[in-house]
Order: sequence, then structure tokens, then C-alpha cells
Amino acid sequence: MVAAQAGDRAAYSQLLREVTPFVRALLRRHCSHPQDIEEMVQETLLTLHRVRQTYDSKRPFSPWLGAIAARRGIDGLRRRLRVARYEVSAELAGYETFADPAANIDIEAVRAAGDIEELLQRLPPRQRAALEAVKLKEMSLAEASRVSGQSVGALKVNTHRALKALRALFQDVSK
Amino acid sequence: MQTEQLIERLTAQLEPVRVLRAPAWRALLWLMMVAAVSGALIMRFAPLPAILPRLAVPRIAVECVATALTAVTAIIAAFQLSVPDRSPRWLWLPLPPFLLWLAASGLGCLRNGLSLRGPNGFFGDSPHCFAFITCASVPLAVGLFWMLRRARPINALPVATAGTLGVAATAAFVLQFFHPFDVTVIDLALHLSAIGLVVLLGTAWRRPLLDASIEAGRVGTA
Repeated sequence: MVAAQAGDRAAYSQLLREVTPFVRALLRRHCSHPQDIEEMVQETLLTLHRVRQTYDSKRPFSPWLGAIAARRGIDGLRRRLRVARYEVSAELAGYETFADPAANIDIEAVRAAGDIEELLQRLPPRQRAALEAVKLKEMSLAEASRVSGQSVGALKVNTHRALKALRALFQDVSK
Repeated sequence: MQTEQLIERLTAQLEPVRVLRAPAWRALLWLMMVAAVSGALIMRFAPLPAILPRLAVPRIAVECVATALTAVTAIIAAFQLSVPDRSPRWLWLPLPPFLLWLAASGLGCLRNGLSLRGPNGFFGDSPHCFAFITCASVPLAVGLFWMLRRARPINALPVATAGTLGVAATAAFVLQFFHPFDVTVIDLALHLSAIGLVVLLGTAWRRPLLDASIEAGRVGTA
């Protein structure tokens, strides 16, 4: 960081690449949605760039970076809550003008899909990737293996474990 | 935009920066500059023969010291909070002297039997006091925010709150040298209203004043 403050681009590039997984891990505490997390990671890096003159080399780097990430995490959560309060997702908005009772059933289906999406986010990343590739996108094992970077054997095990974990999560939710 | 692309853009835009000095040092610098200017103005324009005997009264001396301590602690808190890795608890630092100031002023009102009418009528000089605190706070706030915005605070609200409380308390401290009579309830209410107004305006305009919007960072990467 000290080298970056002096204008060393190679050191800065290395620093940003090294801190990104740390920042991402910190932000997972605030949010489970991968797209939102990535947005918060980018905002943290932008803020780091804007306030890099405030880093004091006599003090540890991690709390300085952690404070920036935590702030951007809180901002991201607030933004999400604001959006959730005032905006309706496109899928639900489509039904707003229909009096057809069947539309309500469809809305329930959309909500259930949303619930499943949330439960999927709670699975470990490798299990989630395996389940999404093999069961949801209906890829062949060879294709899923190429996309997810897991061996065919690992894919089978992770898919099985993901289904088992998902079943347990459903039971917890419905209690 | 992908994170990897963002890293490349930020790296390409990197320029050397001058590292900020420690917050306590910067707070001390601001306080010393303000003390020098205020001291000169007080020596030149204040009715010192009327003021100095009053400062020998313990209650008034406590009120004066508490006002100065509120200003000093609020300014220190603002500089500390402007840096990312400092505890948010710095915001509470000015609270004890502020409460002491209120208590000492309140005691002055009680001593006057909570009279609403001072020696110069219902409002007396209170509107002048209100105008003094708000108007004197403006140049003080300009100088303070100019120094604070160099840190581009990641959470502008506590910085603006502590900073504006600091400038309003500084103005109220200087006012005591031009205020050779006890405060009435109306006086105290208007002093507090002036401080409240300064804090309200400072916090409302905190983002442009402190250069604290993340949007400014986005422009650079667009």
C-alpha cells in the first residue's frame, strides 16, 4: 500500500488483486446475493482508491480496509432495502393488473422460485455450482465438469449432498 | 463492468498521493489557527474590562471552559472520524463537555429565576447572539471542511455532525467575550437553536462539502 501511495502501479495492481478475495469474504457477512456482493466489492475498491491518502503506514492495513468494506457493505444493504421497498420485480409486476385467479397461483410459483433461490444461496459454493449445472441447467456430467471445474465424481457427490442439504433446509423453513 | 476490469482501470489511473498527517495533528493545526485569529479579534474588539471580572465567577468560568472543551473535543472527533479505521465512538467525545456547558448555562438561567426577560427586554440581545453564532460559524466551517474533505470521509454524517458542533461551539466560546451579562432562558434557547441550525445545515450538505460521494469515484472510472 505504501508503494501504491508513491505511485507504483505494479504494486497497486498486485495489492488490489490480493485484497479482492478478502473483501469479498468480508462482504458475504452482509449479503448472500453474488451480484450484490460483486457490486459492493467494486465500490470498496473504488473507495480504497479515493481514500488511499488516509492510510497511515504505522497502523495495520487490514482494519483500514475492513472499515471501508464494512461501510460499503452497509451502504449496499441500505440500497437493497430501499429497492425492495419501492420496486416490484418484473415477474410480479406483470400480474398486477390481472383479476384472473390463476394469476395468483402463478405468483405463488414465482414466490416459491424466489424462496428456492434464497435457499440455494445458503449452500456451500461447490455444492451450489454442481446442483445448478446438473439439475437446474440440465447439463451432461462432462459439460458440467468442464464449466464448474469439478471432476465428474466430485460433481455426483456434490449434487447428492446439495439435494440432501436443500431438503433439510426446506424442512427447517416449513417448520 | 467486471472487477478485473475495474482493477485495471484503477491501476492505470494511479497517481502518487501525499499521505495525510495524523488526525490529531491536523486538528491541532486547525485549532491553533482559529485560536490565533479569535484571540486577535477578542483582544481588539471585546469589552475586556466588563468581561474579565465575570470570568472570575466560578459558574461563568466553568461555562466558558466547558464551551471551549466542547469545541476542542468536537474538532478532534471530526478529524479522527474522517479516517476510515478510527472508532465511531469518537463521536461521543464532545458529549461530556457539551452537557457540562448546558448545565452551567442552565444554572445561570435558574439563578435568574428562569426569568424570560433580561435587562434589555424579552429578546434583549438574543437575536444578535443567534446571528453571531450562525455567521461566525460560516468561515470557521469553510476552513474546517476544506481540511476535512482531503480525507474524503467514507461516512460523512458523524464527521459533519462533530465538525459543525465544533465550529458552533467555537463561535459560542468567542461570543462569551462579547456577552457581558447572564444568559436568560430565551438567550440559552436561541444559542442552542443557532448551534442546531449550524449542525443541521452542515449535515444536510455533508456530501458535497466533504467530497464524500462515491459517485465522484465512478466518474473517474467511467
